[in-house]
Amino acid sequence: MAQVTLKNVAKVYDKKIRAVEDVNIQITDGEFLVFVGPSGCGKSTTLRMIAGLEEISEGTISIGDHVVNDVHPKDRDIAMVFQNYALYPHMTVYKNMAFGLMLRKLPREKIDKLVRDAAKLLDIAHLLDRKPKALSGGQRQRVALGRAIVREPAVFLFDEPLSNLDAKLRATTRTELKKLHARLKTTTIYVTHDQIEAMTLGDRIVVMSDGRVQQIDTPLNVYKRPANRFVGAFVGATPMNFLEGILESADGRFFFVAGETARIALPAEFSSALADHIGNTLSLGFRPSAMREASPADPQDERITLRTILVEPLGKNADVSCEFPDGTHVLARIDAREDFPVNADVQFTLEMKHVHIFEPGEFGANLVHPPADILAPAAV
Amino acid sequence: MPNPPTPTRVKPSTLAKTLGRAVIVALLVLLALTFIFPFVWQILISLSALTDVDLLTQTGFPPALQPENFITIFQRVDLARYFFNSFFIAGWVTILQVITCSMAAYAFSRIQWPGRDKVFLLYLATLMVPAVVLMVPNFVVVLKLGMFDDYSGLILPSAFSAYGTFLLRQFMLTVPSSLDEAAAIDGASHWRIFTTIMLPLARPGIIVMAIFAFLFNYNSFFWPLIITKTANLRVLPVGLLQFESSYGQETPLIMAGSLLAMLPPIIIFLVLQKYLVKGIQLGAVKG
Repeated sequence: MAQVTLKNVAKVYDKKIRAVEDVNIQITDGEFLVFVGPSGCGKSTTLRMIAGLEEISEGTISIGDHVVNDVHPKDRDIAMVFQNYALYPHMTVYKNMAFGLMLRKLPREKIDKLVRDAAKLLDIAHLLDRKPKALSGGQRQRVALGRAIVREPAVFLFDEPLSNLDAKLRATTRTELKKLHARLKTTTIYVTHDQIEAMTLGDRIVVMSDGRVQQIDTPLNVYKRPANRFVGAFVGATPMNFLEGILESADGRFFFVAGETARIALPAEFSSALADHIGNTLSLGFRPSAMREASPADPQDERITLRTILVEPLGKNADVSCEFPDGTHVLARIDAREDFPVNADVQFTLEMKHVHIFEPGEFGANLVHPPADILAPAAV
Repeated sequence: MPNPPTPTRVKPSTLAKTLGRAVIVALLVLLALTFIFPFVWQILISLSALTDVDLLTQTGFPPALQPENFITIFQRVDLARYFFNSFFIAGWVTILQVITCSMAAYAFSRIQWPGRDKVFLLYLATLMVPAVVLMVPNFVVVLKLGMFDDYSGLILPSAFSAYGTFLLRQFMLTVPSSLDEAAAIDGASHWRIFTTIMLPLARPGIIVMAIFAFLFNYNSFFWPLIITKTANLRVLPVGLLQFESSYGQETPLIMAGSLLAMLPPIIIFLVLQKYLVKGIQLGAVKG
């Protein structure tokens, strides 16, 4: 068990390509931390630096109390599960799991006990004599997991371990991973590009893009209070809708004006946060689930009118693809009903407490629902 | 309602197919015969009397078979010794090349070191230098090192092979790097990764490399010819040269000897041909 600390960590390739920039994270003992981001965002590189498979160009990484920058992977007390499992094809499952223990010169009986215990825990005891070729994808995944836990390391590192499994197996394995972590309570660092995996598994999530950390927070906070437009767009089962427009004020109220297409009244709670941005170009972001069909009781200036293109029923809900007159695409998640009009102009209401306003640009900061630690720096 | 079957429409195309096949098979047989012909000719000569060799071109078959040729060659020259030398030298070269090439290939494919790929290109460039050009400098070096007319002079210059290194490097590149990373995290050193992970996984490549190395050195003629003078050190191709003199050559005996010399490579090929085919595909198909 150990805590892991990354201080100003950066990775520079060929003296010019900065793949990872200024990463600062404190991972507490026993925590399940998930790095998530699109491919090429630097999450795997960061993990490989923690593992010792990539050199750390700048900054320091500590595991426990020791700075491990110059420590060989085998001496970092870590175990890693690779995306392709990296099982030794010419060894049996037993040997695969025992290999690391044999290299550490543990007594034979001890190795045998550790391997068999781990195999039992993962329900692969009946596969010990097989070679990886004779295993299914899910079984190989378990063996890779077994090879990691048998060593009883201080830190587990996972590099997209579920991405080679089919959807159903991925979901069940995800649950098992979570159970396993609850049982072993080993500090775990997990890398994925799948934001659902990140949401479901992580105690905390690190959202990365362009080699930089965009936000570190609990899954719910990342979802509800995305630090910037990128996080809002990346996290969540359906992507956030965005409208570009200008902030205007009239009669003491704020309006978000997106050209001719919409003029949306903003609630009074936003006023203090937006006071300095009047006349500026901003983006309005809202999740499909923050939309509902307008009812007569809704105030007119919180409604938007959209042309419906396509309805995809999901069961309880339905996803409606819509367009503003200028062609801007919007996805709405509404309560499903049979007779929902398609190719018609429909009025929707935005639930203002779930609406975000971002500064311009891909990484524009969230002005109205910033992450808690930015709102109240004194509390840290 | 199901459609009635229409067998008549299938027929012409199957006929064309069969015809096409027949033409292809005929061509292939012709090609195969062309390849086999020299060997048949060789066997016929090896069974002829020296005086009948010229007749063969007219009759196509020796008037009298003379299988004693195969005994004569053993009586006239120390063929057993030449066989031993050929095997001994080619065997040692193969063993040494497997060791040096696999280690070099590991270093060129799995270890990061400054200038690695440039050095590798330089190494590969030596393949472009014709062996004949190197003959004299190699000879001088071997002479100075006191290895002239000695097994060491026959074996050591061939102990390294750029071609074998290249072949094995390409093979090792197909082994996923996550395997050695996993092993490194498991606590393995480079030496351990090389011996317990890479060598077993590269086995098909190593076998191919070994076969190539053995066959190439088993056939080598010119280098053994210039680097030895003692009769005891002669290899098969050099030894058979004794049947050739300024008074003419004893073709049947040469053919009988080379026929026997051909047997080991043929046997090796038959036994290990599945690996050889794999080796030729190396690099073409990843995975």
